[in-house]
Amino acid sequence: MAQPLPFVLNVPEIPEDHDREPSPYDESEVHDSFHQLIQEQSQCVAEEGLELRQRGLGAAAPGTSGSGRQALVGPEDAAAYSTATLRILASMPSRTIGRSRGAIISQYYNRTVRLRRRVSRPQLGGVGRSARPSLRLYDLELDPAALEEEEKRSLLVKELQSLTVAQRGHMLKGMPLGLAEKRSLREESRTLTGKPRERRGRRGLFPCCGWLRDTCVLALHGLGLWLLAGLHGLKPWRYALKRIGGQFGSSVLSYFLFLKTLLAFNALLLLPLLAFVVGVQAAFPPPASPGPVPAFTGLELLTGGGRLTHTVMYYGYYSNSTLNPPCVPAPDGGQCGRETDGLPYNMPLAYLFTVGGAFFITCITLVYSMSHSFGESYRVGSTSGVHAITVFCSWDHKVTQRRASRLQHDNIRTHLKELLAEGQLRQGPRSVCGRLRQVAVLGLVWLLCLAITLGCTVAVYAFSELMIQSPVSAEQGGALLALPVVVCLLNLGAPYLYRGLAALERHDSPVLQVYVAVCRNLILKMVILGILCYHWLGRRVGALRDQCWENFVGQELYRLMVLDFIFILLDTLFGELVWRLISERKLKRKEKPEFDIAGNVLELIYGQTLTWLGVLFAPLLPAVQIIKLVFLFYIKKTSLMANCQAPRRPWLASHMSTVFISLLCFPSFLGAAVFLCYAVWQVKPSSTCGPFRTLDTMYEAGKVWVRRLEKAGPRVSWLPWVHRYLVENTFPVYLVSALLLAVIYLNIQVVKGQRKVICLLREQISNEGEDKIFLINKLHSVYEKKERSRCCRDVLKSAASHLPSSRFQTPSLLLYCGHQDPRCPLLVTPDLGLRRVTHPVPSFPQPVKI
Amino acid sequence: MGGSGSRLSKELLAEYQDLTFLTKQEILLANCWLLLHPLHPSGSSRASPSTVPGTQAHRRFCELLPQEHRSTEESLHTRVSLEQILSLPELKANPFKERICRVFSTSPARDSLSFEDFLDLLSVFSDTATPDLKSHYAFRIFDFDDDGTLNREDLSQLVNCLTGPGEDTQLSASEMKQLIDNILEESDIDRDGTINLSEFQHVISRSPDFASSFKIVL
Repeated sequence: MAQPLPFVLNVPEIPEDHDREPSPYDESEVHDSFHQLIQEQSQCVAEEGLELRQRGLGAAAPGTSGSGRQALVGPEDAAAYSTATLRILASMPSRTIGRSRGAIISQYYNRTVRLRRRVSRPQLGGVGRSARPSLRLYDLELDPAALEEEEKRSLLVKELQSLTVAQRGHMLKGMPLGLAEKRSLREESRTLTGKPRERRGRRGLFPCCGWLRDTCVLALHGLGLWLLAGLHGLKPWRYALKRIGGQFGSSVLSYFLFLKTLLAFNALLLLPLLAFVVGVQAAFPPPASPGPVPAFTGLELLTGGGRLTHTVMYYGYYSNSTLNPPCVPAPDGGQCGRETDGLPYNMPLAYLFTVGGAFFITCITLVYSMSHSFGESYRVGSTSGVHAITVFCSWDHKVTQRRASRLQHDNIRTHLKELLAEGQLRQGPRSVCGRLRQVAVLGLVWLLCLAITLGCTVAVYAFSELMIQSPVSAEQGGALLALPVVVCLLNLGAPYLYRGLAALERHDSPVLQVYVAVCRNLILKMVILGILCYHWLGRRVGALRDQCWENFVGQELYRLMVLDFIFILLDTLFGELVWRLISERKLKRKEKPEFDIAGNVLELIYGQTLTWLGVLFAPLLPAVQIIKLVFLFYIKKTSLMANCQAPRRPWLASHMSTVFISLLCFPSFLGAAVFLCYAVWQVKPSSTCGPFRTLDTMYEAGKVWVRRLEKAGPRVSWLPWVHRYLVENTFPVYLVSALLLAVIYLNIQVVKGQRKVICLLREQISNEGEDKIFLINKLHSVYEKKERSRCCRDVLKSAASHLPSSRFQTPSLLLYCGHQDPRCPLLVTPDLGLRRVTHPVPSFPQPVKI
Repeated sequence: MGGSGSRLSKELLAEYQDLTFLTKQEILLANCWLLLHPLHPSGSSRASPSTVPGTQAHRRFCELLPQEHRSTEESLHTRVSLEQILSLPELKANPFKERICRVFSTSPARDSLSFEDFLDLLSVFSDTATPDLKSHYAFRIFDFDDDGTLNREDLSQLVNCLTGPGEDTQLSASEMKQLIDNILEESDIDRDGTINLSEFQHVISRSPDFASSFKIVL
C-alpha cells in the first residue's frame, strides 16, 4: 500500500512518461469493465498502452492481445477526432498551402531552389546550411509562430538573391502574395544583394561585366514591357470583344476571335503580294490594251468584270517582261537590253515566287497555330473528371451583364443536371429495340443528308455545263452572276435542311451533335467547291481557248466571294432579325434565337477557301476578303447584340477552336494548295494575257530562269545544282516526310510515356493518402490515450491530495469524474481500483467523502 | 514614391508593372477608377471609367479630376469599401464577387480594398497571369470557410453559387449529394474527404478552358 505516493509525486515532473510510472495499486485484479471501456473508446490500442490494464491482465482478458490491428477511419468519422488531432490535421502542409502565408512562402522557396538548381548557378557556398531544403521545412507549420515565418522568409529572400534579375522578377510576379508582401520581398532581396555581388565582382576578372549585363538585362526587360504595352494598345476591337465576352461568354467570343485570326492570315498573305507584285506592277504599268475602256456602271462591284478586268486586280494585267526602272523604251521601239545596269525585275518569276512564298508562310503559320492550339486544348487525361471540371471551371468571369449571368446560371444548372442524369442513365441498360430504332434513324438521316449533298453537286455540275454551252459575253454582267447565285443558294439552303433532319435524330452528347452538323456542312461545301474547280480547270480552260481564262476564274471567285457576303447578310437579316421579330411578336416566346457558332465559323472557312483558291488569279482577292471580314465583324456584332443569345449547350471553346483551325488547315488550305499546284504545274496558261503567256506551264518560268542562271556564270552555279538535286529529285521529299513521320511517332510515344507516369503518380498519391490516414489514426489514438491518462491521473491526483498524507484511511473514498469528463468515466474505488461508471451513477453509500 | 497630382509617379508605376501582370494602361485605368470612387461615394457605374471605351479617354478623364486634397500618396492608402467594389460593372454580375473581394482584401476585417489589393485582383484575373497563380486564387475563392481545403460544405456552397441564388434554382439535396460524391470521387486523390490545393490544381490543369474563363477584362 505504499506505492501510491511516488505516483502522486511523479505526476507533475514527468507528465509524459506515464509508461514507466509505478502502478497506483497493488491488487492483481483490475476490473474487466475497464477493458471493455478501452476497447470501446479507443480506435486502436497499441501494445504500449495504459499500464492500468497491463497489470496481470494477460490471463484475465485475452481479447485485448490482438490490438495491433488498425482500423482505418473513414473521412466521415473525422468528427470523432479530438480537437487536438483536428488541430494537427488542419495544420498539415497540404492543407495550409491554400491559406497561410508561411506555407506559400515555403512552397515558393522550394520552387526557387529548384529553379536555381536548374540554372546551375554555383553560389550555394555563401548560403548557410539552413537555406537548403530539408524536411524541417515541413514541420514549421506545427508551430505557427511568427518566428518560423520570419525564418522562412529570410530563406526565401536568400534564394531570391541568387537568381538573376529577370528570374527574380518572374518569380515574384507569380507568387500568390499581396503586393505589399511582394514589394518588401523585392526590397529585401535587392538591398541584401549588394554585398554578395560585390564580393563576387572582386573575385571575377571583370568587375563591371556583371553590372553591365544586369543593366542590359534591365534595359531589355524595360524595352520588352514597353513594346508589350504598345502592342496591347494596338489590339483592335479590344472594347468590342470585351463587350461580346461580357454579354455572351467565351463560346460566342471564339467566333469573333476566329474572325480576327483570319484577318491576320489575310494580311500575311496580302503584304508580300502588295510589295512584290501589285505595287511593282502598278508603278510600271504595261501598255494599255487596245480598244475602248468600258464605262464604270457599278455592276462591276458584283461581277468583278467590265472596268475592273484590266486592272492590277487580275492575273491578265501583269506583264511577262522584265521591269527595269532605268530602262526607257528606245524611240525605235527596240527593247532595252537585258544587261543594262540595275537588276532586272522579272515579273513572271516575282509572281510565281511571291505567291509560292506567301502560301508557304501561310502554311507555316497555320501549322504552327494549329499545333499551338492542340497543345492548349489537348491535355493528357482531360476526358476524366467531368463533374469536377464542370464545377470548378465552368463559370466565365468575363460575363458582366446580369442577364447573361442569369443565363449562365441556367446553363450550368442544366448541364449539371444532365451530367447527373447521364450518370444514372449509363448505369441502366437500354433496350435493344430502342437502340435499333436509334441506329435506323441515324442511318436514314445520314442517307438523306448525303442525298441532299449529291443533289446539290449534280445541280451545280448541270448548271455549270449549261453555262458553258450558252456562253455569255463579258458585257452582259448580270448573266454571269447566275452560277454563283445558284451555288450560294444551295450553300444557304442545305444547312437549314440538315438542321431540320438533325432534329429527328437524338444524339447522346451535344458536342457530338455539333460535330455531326459541322461534318455534314463541310462535306457539302467541299464537294461543291471541288466540282467548281473541275469546272474551271477542266472545262473552262478548253472553252476559253482564245480568251484569258485566268481572268475568268479570278472573276468567278470574286463573284462567289461577293455573293457569299451578300447571302451572309441576308441570312443574318432573315435568320436572326426577322426570326427574332416573328418569335417575339407572333409566337410570344421570351427566348431569342441562338447564335449558331459552328455554322458561322464554317461560313468563314468557306470564304477563306475561296480567297486561297483565287489568289493566283486575282492577287488582290485577300484585300477584298479583309474588307469583307471587317464588315462582317461589325454586322455580326450588331446582329448578335440585338437579336441573339448565347447557345444553351455547353461549348468547349478551346476544343472547338482547335477543331476549326484544323478544318481551316486540312480541307481548306490543303485543298486550295493542291488546286493551285495543279494549275501551276499542269495547266497551260492562256497565250494572250498574264505573265506566263509564252510558256507551257507556269512552272516553266522557274525552269527558264534556272537555265538562264546556268548560262550566267559560275558565281550562281549552286542554284541550278540546288534545283536539280532538291527540287527535281524526289528523294528529299521522301526524306522530309520520313522525318516528319518520325517526329510524329516520337511525340506519340512521349505522350504515352506521360500517361504512364501520370498513372504511376496517381497510384503513389493514393498510397500516400492511405499512409496519411494511417498516421492520422495513430495520432488520434495517441492523443486519446494521453487525454485519458491525464484525466485519470488528475482524478487520482486529486484523490490522493485529499487523502491524509500518509496512507489511505477512509475506506469509503469515492471519486466520480464521469460527469465532468466523459472521456474518463472512472470510479476510484476505496481500494484505488478503477471501475467503469454506468449511468445512472450507482448508489454508493457516500458519493464524495473527504 | 509620392509626387503630387492625380497620376502615379513613374517609379511606382514601374514597380507595379514589375510586380503584377498588368500593363501600364491597365494600372492607370485602375488608378483612375480608385480616384473616382471616393469622389462618388454612391459608386455609380456611370462614373466608373470602365464603361467608357478607349484607354486614352480614361487618362484624360483622370487629368480632368479636381486635385483638391487628393495626392497619389493619399489615394494609395485609401480603402474602398466592399459595396463600392461590388458595384463595379465588371464584378456586378459575378456570383463570387464577395469571395473575390474577401480573398484579396488585406485589411484586418476583410471588408475593404486598397489600391494595391485591387491591382492584385486585376493582376490575377489578367490575360497574362500564369495558370498556377490563377488556380491558386481560384482555390482560395472557392474555399468559403477559409480553412485551406475544399470540404463538402465548400463544394455545396460553390455549386449553389454556380446554379443561381434563388431557392428554386438550386439542386435538390439528393442531386447535390450525388454531385459532391462524384466530384470527390474524381478529384480527391488521397481520399481524405477534402480537396486540397494540389488536387484542385490537378483538376484545373486538365481543363484547357480555365485560363480563358478565369479572366476579368478591365
